[in-house]
Amino acid sequence: MRMPDPDQKVIASKSEIVQALSRIVPGEGVIADADELRAYESDGLTAYKQPPLIAVLPETTQQVSQVMAFCKEKGIKIVPRGAGTSLSGGALPLADGILLGMGKFNRILEIDYENLCVVTQPGVTNLGITHAVEGDGFYYAPDPSSQIACTIGGNVAENSGGVHCLKYGLTTNNLLGLEMVTIDGEILRIGGKQMDSAGYDLLGLLTGSEGLLGVVTEIIVRILKKPETARALLVGFPSAEAAGDCVATIIGNGIIPGGMEMMDRPAIHAAEDFVAAGYPREAEALLIIELDGPQVEVDHLIDQVSSISRDNGANSIQVSNNEEERLRFWAGRKAAFPAVGRISPDYYCMDGTIPRRALPLVLRRMREMSDHYGLDCANVFHAGDGNLHPLILYDANKPGELDKAEAFGADILKLCVEVGGVLSGEHGIGVEKRDLMGEMFSEADLKQQQRIKCAFDPQSLLNPGKVFPQLHRCAELGRLHIRGGKIPFPELPRF
Amino acid sequence: MLDLYKPQTVDEVLPIVEAALEAKSPLEVLGRASKRALGRPSQTAAGLDLSELSGVTLYEPEELVLQALPGTPMAEIQGLLDENRQIMAFEPPDFGALLGGVSDQGSLGGALACNLAGPRRLKSGAARDHFLGVEGVSGRGEFFKAGGRVVKNVTGYDVMKLLAGSYGTLAVMTQITIKVLPRPEKTYSLLLFGLDHHGARTAMARALQSPHEVSAAAHLPAGLSGASTVSYVKDSGSSVTAIRVEGPGPSVQHRSDSLRRELSDLAESEILHSHNSLTFWREIGNLHPLCGETQRRVWRLSMPPAQSGAVAERLLEAFPSADLLFDWGGGLLWLGLPPSEDDNHASVRSALGSDNGHATLFKAPETLRAAVPVFQPQAPALQSLSQRIKGSFDPAGILNPGRLYQDY
Repeated sequence: MRMPDPDQKVIASKSEIVQALSRIVPGEGVIADADELRAYESDGLTAYKQPPLIAVLPETTQQVSQVMAFCKEKGIKIVPRGAGTSLSGGALPLADGILLGMGKFNRILEIDYENLCVVTQPGVTNLGITHAVEGDGFYYAPDPSSQIACTIGGNVAENSGGVHCLKYGLTTNNLLGLEMVTIDGEILRIGGKQMDSAGYDLLGLLTGSEGLLGVVTEIIVRILKKPETARALLVGFPSAEAAGDCVATIIGNGIIPGGMEMMDRPAIHAAEDFVAAGYPREAEALLIIELDGPQVEVDHLIDQVSSISRDNGANSIQVSNNEEERLRFWAGRKAAFPAVGRISPDYYCMDGTIPRRALPLVLRRMREMSDHYGLDCANVFHAGDGNLHPLILYDANKPGELDKAEAFGADILKLCVEVGGVLSGEHGIGVEKRDLMGEMFSEADLKQQQRIKCAFDPQSLLNPGKVFPQLHRCAELGRLHIRGGKIPFPELPRF
Repeated sequence: MLDLYKPQTVDEVLPIVEAALEAKSPLEVLGRASKRALGRPSQTAAGLDLSELSGVTLYEPEELVLQALPGTPMAEIQGLLDENRQIMAFEPPDFGALLGGVSDQGSLGGALACNLAGPRRLKSGAARDHFLGVEGVSGRGEFFKAGGRVVKNVTGYDVMKLLAGSYGTLAVMTQITIKVLPRPEKTYSLLLFGLDHHGARTAMARALQSPHEVSAAAHLPAGLSGASTVSYVKDSGSSVTAIRVEGPGPSVQHRSDSLRRELSDLAESEILHSHNSLTFWREIGNLHPLCGETQRRVWRLSMPPAQSGAVAERLLEAFPSADLLFDWGGGLLWLGLPPSEDDNHASVRSALGSDNGHATLFKAPETLRAAVPVFQPQAPALQSLSQRIKGSFDPAGILNPGRLYQDY
């Protein structure tokens, strides 16, 4: 993976930089020791490693502001990091860059039930927000599977989803406000406790911008009252096609389940071997469908979904009758990744979205790719919104297998785009999918996105080398090319 | 405006923008021109009317996706969705009548460019939350696309969020993809009679904090309830606070009964069933109660919902004859003022308070909209950042210049 050429002058002046940063962040907030820096050398995409030049762990917004202003003045690159759970290498450090760890921003600042929101620092975990309000019956809806570890700041950077996002939305749909620091060190407040703001929607733009536009120091999230109850169905199908048709019929009948997950046969077997959740081993595809809401609604919809499942050729249907059973149905899905980890030395978790109707085609082509590369593949799938997570099994100790797994993964993503889908549903682009951006976007599309980046960070100091396959200088991107259009109809109607 | 360009195909948009760029001659970008009276009046030499770029280009109900050209009438899209028992969940309001024109004239492009949302905003978000993908021509005279046609996508910046609410100042949209959702099977509304602002806010807050998945909460003071066409509201002779629940029949019955019981200590109540309920919320979303007096100026104040009682009090102190309509559980306050208060616009923003949301002069004659900051003035750092973003799309300032703010 090619990263921007390290600036040797910056590397050579490491000790001066350390001194200057230590004046901004006193105590043990500046890490320069090679052994200690190794803790930051990669994130959840462990195939890539690079220790940062220096790690800085600020505690206040003022410190973040001063660090940013200092780096801007000296031309030093910055890579922001939350808990480092990114699966796309969004927090991969740079040899000549500062790793800005936001872990000390770990306090919830205000719980405001009147306005149904929580004001939090970015280093609080996703689940930490729910924990803070669940005693009063509330929760924060987006639930990425890393929610026990991942930070809400990272969720904002990646616009994280989760199994419940078909019904409750992604991070972007559950945010009200942010405080952010620009590369100039300026502290901006965007949004607030109100539902919208005047001017351009910077809140929406910042969400999912992968740490390229600013560093978030405070977040206001919307919270919801917990549904009265939830029940799940576990439905086995003789084919992925039948399961896909069932999903389409459920949605076509106006039902948006709280969660709707699909697993293919290899994933079912791996999960069942691991946690014995009672999954039907003979099924080619399994759906876990969760309905939540008032008891009367859930019971009503369970009946409808059961009957739709039967009509679509389900060969087994189990319905949870208590909380214990519901959790057991989920146990296999939630353990799917470690379960696959048990049967293979390594696995590579992909992420792409397709129009759901393309699922049978995509699964068939993936089986062909699996044969071609000689690597097995298990599939878990957020069936409601078309977000695929193929798990490619490989052994990093076998020479060439990682390269093969990566090539297989790239082929899957190209296929997603080919059938009308996208490169990432929730993991982000980072470094992992950076060089595939051209599969989905033209040069002009990418240049327009980079011009937005230039409006925030003209020297490209914030998280460079991520998202965009090519770095263009902002001066070049900003140039206007006037071609002088010929209007196709000279006879213009006049007011 | 002198010339009006009316491209017949998407391909004709690019050369028009290129020509405008070369001549440094700004364009007023129009969908079907139903919301021309929103925002600051812009001074342009020519108009770019997208109404001929019309039609749904893709609709897959089971994928929850619809794609259409920017000039497609909202009425056409709503008709198509209705046949498939689906909706645009942001409940797009129709301000045709309020703004002095005809109802049902808006376009999809206009709905997104203005990022408006109806009563369901508090549950399902605004237009921005359903905007999946876009193609367009920037003020640089360059064609670009962003987003996609699937409901879950984090590939690249969410450029759609910037375009939603940009009032056509960044790009001319040529194709739009949105997420659509199932139409709720049933809609009931609990009406509470005779509450004052504070009582209404208490009722709405309790409803919104309940697990009953309230999809709208509004309050009409006594002076406005008589304007409704729904007899339960019109004939109440009192203020009406309304709380809506939607969903499958048995669920809606259960939740509206529960809400009625849980709020029975606050006021006398009634339950509106489907047809009346739909009519009532259409009236709230389209500001029907404020349409009567055509000379009335209308302000839109968006704030933290819990502030609405105090803000309303300050407004009534400053403007004793003001009309107020509360939506979004208090998060949205519509203020009607007589023309005699035109000189006192600063009092509206001071009643809102600083760092407490934003106020928009929503309906006023062109002269007043040219003289008064229509949208809430921004902090200097935010303003210069917004100006740079404008520059990244439209450095020569040829698309709707000054429509949002004087400087960009």
